[in-house]
Amino acid sequence: MRNLRVTTGVLAMAFLALTVMSCKDSKKEQSNDEGSHTEMSAFENNSEMNHDNSDGHHDDEEKMYACSMHPDVIGKKGEKCSKCGMKLTEEVKKAHDNSDGHHDGESKKMAMKGNGASQAILNGYFNLKNALVADDNAKAKNLGATLAKSLGNLDVSNYTDAQKADLKDIIEDAVEHAEHISESDIDHQREHFKILSKDVTDMVAITGTENTLYEQFCPMYDGGSAWLSMNEEVKNPYYGSKMLKCGKVQKEIK
Amino acid sequence: MRRIKIIAIIVLVAFVGIQFIQTTRNQSDMVPETDFILVNDAPSDIKSMLQVSCYDCHSNNTQYPWYNKIQPVTWFLENHISDGKAELNFSEWDLLSNRREASKLRSIIKQIEGDEMPLWSYTLIHNDAKFSKEEKSTIIKWITQIKASH
Repeated sequence: MRNLRVTTGVLAMAFLALTVMSCKDSKKEQSNDEGSHTEMSAFENNSEMNHDNSDGHHDDEEKMYACSMHPDVIGKKGEKCSKCGMKLTEEVKKAHDNSDGHHDGESKKMAMKGNGASQAILNGYFNLKNALVADDNAKAKNLGATLAKSLGNLDVSNYTDAQKADLKDIIEDAVEHAEHISESDIDHQREHFKILSKDVTDMVAITGTENTLYEQFCPMYDGGSAWLSMNEEVKNPYYGSKMLKCGKVQKEIK
Repeated sequence: MRRIKIIAIIVLVAFVGIQFIQTTRNQSDMVPETDFILVNDAPSDIKSMLQVSCYDCHSNNTQYPWYNKIQPVTWFLENHISDGKAELNFSEWDLLSNRREASKLRSIIKQIEGDEMPLWSYTLIHNDAKFSKEEKSTIIKWITQIKASH
């Protein structure tokens, strides 16, 4: 009898443990389509930046690369940025097929910059940044989840095809990092925040923004890391109180 | 005593019962064109490291251990594999955009550097999946090189 009891106990425990583990809930669903489609009609179109190949030449053989910190510095693969010495890593997209001369987007140029959803993303991003500045792991978790949601709400339908593809790519990447931030310790959050910052910066280059933003840069964190801020004053999200003032403004985005 | 006997019987029946539940197995014979090793032309030492230490959960082809046919172990493993593949699937590597690849590479490096991958629960059983110090620096160096070209 004793034997039986022990065996039963062991079996029951093993069974329970494994059942619980295998039943842990699967992926959270992403709600992509709910939410703010309000100020959608108004958006900025940076056609100046992306449409300048109306001559119709697409020499794709040689890809050009730009500096990740100074997008205006462009060169061949492996070359270094003339401003900061970093390797040119950002592939410059030879923009899309508009050799026929039709610039659909351009005619819709709007006075207002940014749109509701991209502004919500920026706000979410800044809140997250402030939580990291304050070394607040729990708050950053919540804000990461919020940001992942507002990223999913970005409506890309008003952009050109090439911009749509870029935005989708950016958003997909950013959502993943925001989700990771919602479930990690603060060191991991900061690692993900670095790439998230790059994603958001690239997004702003397409969507534009209502406010003046400052791109700030800390040369110490992970070989040099950038982030965006609404204020000119540097408050470092990668180090928080440990090195709050480390960094400088490297660019103004208007 | 009688109660215990009844419980034991129920557990036993449940245990036998769940053995009949089928799960789909993560196996495929062919290496797709989008495969990470293929696309990046990994040298043989890197290739075997990746296959032994990563591919069981991060590709479309798992080398299953013998005990995987016993439920609920199967569930547990399949769960792990599908989570692993959702995060990173080397078989479908080249479907990712440049940005996503760079981002994944970075995470791979961080995970290996921090000894978070391969998972300890995996290396517990697959002792050969553990990276030695030299292996670790070799593979990190190689992945860093790939990342630099992104």
